[in-house]
Amino acid sequence: MNQTVWTRLDLVARSLFPFALTLLLVMVAMVPLRVPELSPIVPSLGIIGVYYWAVYRPDLMPGWAVFLLGLIQDLLGGGPIGIYALVFLLLITSVGAQRRFLATGSFVFVWAIFLPVAAVAFLLIWLLYCLNLDTLIDPGSVIFQYLTTVAVYPCLAWLFAQAQRALLREN
Amino acid sequence: MKKPGGSVSHITTPVRAWAHRFAFLLLVASAFGLMLLGKADVLLVERTRTAITDAVAPILDLASRPADTINGIADALSEMTNLRAENELLRRENDRLRSWQALAQKLEAENTALRRLTDMVPDSGLRFVTARVIGDTGGAFARSVLVNAGARDGVSKGQAAITSAGLAGRVAEAGKRSARVLLVTDINSRIPVLIGKGRNRAILAGDNTVQPKLLYLAPQVDVARGDQVVTSGHGGAFPPGLPVGVVSQVGEGVLRVEPYVDWSHIEYLRLADYELSGVLFSPGATNGTISVDASPPGNQEGAQRAER
Repeated sequence: MNQTVWTRLDLVARSLFPFALTLLLVMVAMVPLRVPELSPIVPSLGIIGVYYWAVYRPDLMPGWAVFLLGLIQDLLGGGPIGIYALVFLLLITSVGAQRRFLATGSFVFVWAIFLPVAAVAFLLIWLLYCLNLDTLIDPGSVIFQYLTTVAVYPCLAWLFAQAQRALLREN
Repeated sequence: MKKPGGSVSHITTPVRAWAHRFAFLLLVASAFGLMLLGKADVLLVERTRTAITDAVAPILDLASRPADTINGIADALSEMTNLRAENELLRRENDRLRSWQALAQKLEAENTALRRLTDMVPDSGLRFVTARVIGDTGGAFARSVLVNAGARDGVSKGQAAITSAGLAGRVAEAGKRSARVLLVTDINSRIPVLIGKGRNRAILAGDNTVQPKLLYLAPQVDVARGDQVVTSGHGGAFPPGLPVGVVSQVGEGVLRVEPYVDWSHIEYLRLADYELSGVLFSPGATNGTISVDASPPGNQEGAQRAER
């Protein structure tokens, strides 16, 4: 009896893991680096987390979870709210539609697909910000932020893969 | 865990798919709703934001410490290599500053005497809260930082955030134990300033680049590169005379200011409480409504609209 409670708790903790990890990444991206040139192009780690789990474990990254992640990102970022929430939602739906085809692909293939997906996500975020603030935001730094995000993808994906193997193997 | 099968799945699968789609549409609609809500009910959004920031502040506080330590070590190492040269430089600067100090003391005495002569109202006192920077929102869309002091430490919305070099930004939101400082470079930052010896009024407007723009300058005003820019104190939100930066670009229809703040060294920010209720951030403040109340009803509406 006691065993089953613990097993169930363990299962819940494990299934919350992708969400918790992505939430942690959203916060990690906010740690001040004291390098002013780097601050505007800090990669958007949340997008990587959402994409990865949408490809490999969509059951553990449901709509409400990405909505919450996006909302927290919006609130912590200090900008208009609802933008990341919407973009994250659209991200998991579009990835979810092509999942069978993606999840069986190689690491490099999944990364290659991330390039256009992240590009569309950043374009959308940029458009929504510009519309919401009613000003044109310099697209240059957005492009740089996109490039750094794409560049750190392999490191984070490797980390996610290790964590997935260690904690979520039985499913 | 019973797996659906047989005749039941014929019914449940479409229902589940429909529910799934409905939930998704509901969430998308909520996201759009939030975007509108953010525009309409600023106060509610601000409260939610400060609650989240307060919750995350202890984690960020902890996480930012190692980053600060590494930064400190790197700084110490680079300082060690040019200790002699810097010592020489500081000695010379010290000599120069001593003569300035003498001049400042003389001017202060003269100022006090003149103020007494003209019965001028003394400036409100300044009170400082020093806070550590624990978060940098980063990214291409905003320039703001989080600090580990909030309402319980005396921080409130509208206060000026300064470093030893000059103005860095203003407090945009204050939670219980954390606050968000909107930097002068942020696209939403607007600060009334005075330029050069002529003390010409303008608005310093950020655009997410390192050099904010100057707006609403009178047309025949002469502004040259190297002119000093200080806060004007108009609107009552900021103490007047805080150094902001120097004019760095003139012409091509746009004036830009290079802030004094060294963005790579803002580990700590001093938040200045000017002890004056500003009209800029609280439309209901007494000094903002006096003129409105005195005007006829027709004008009152217009004035209130202008205020918004």
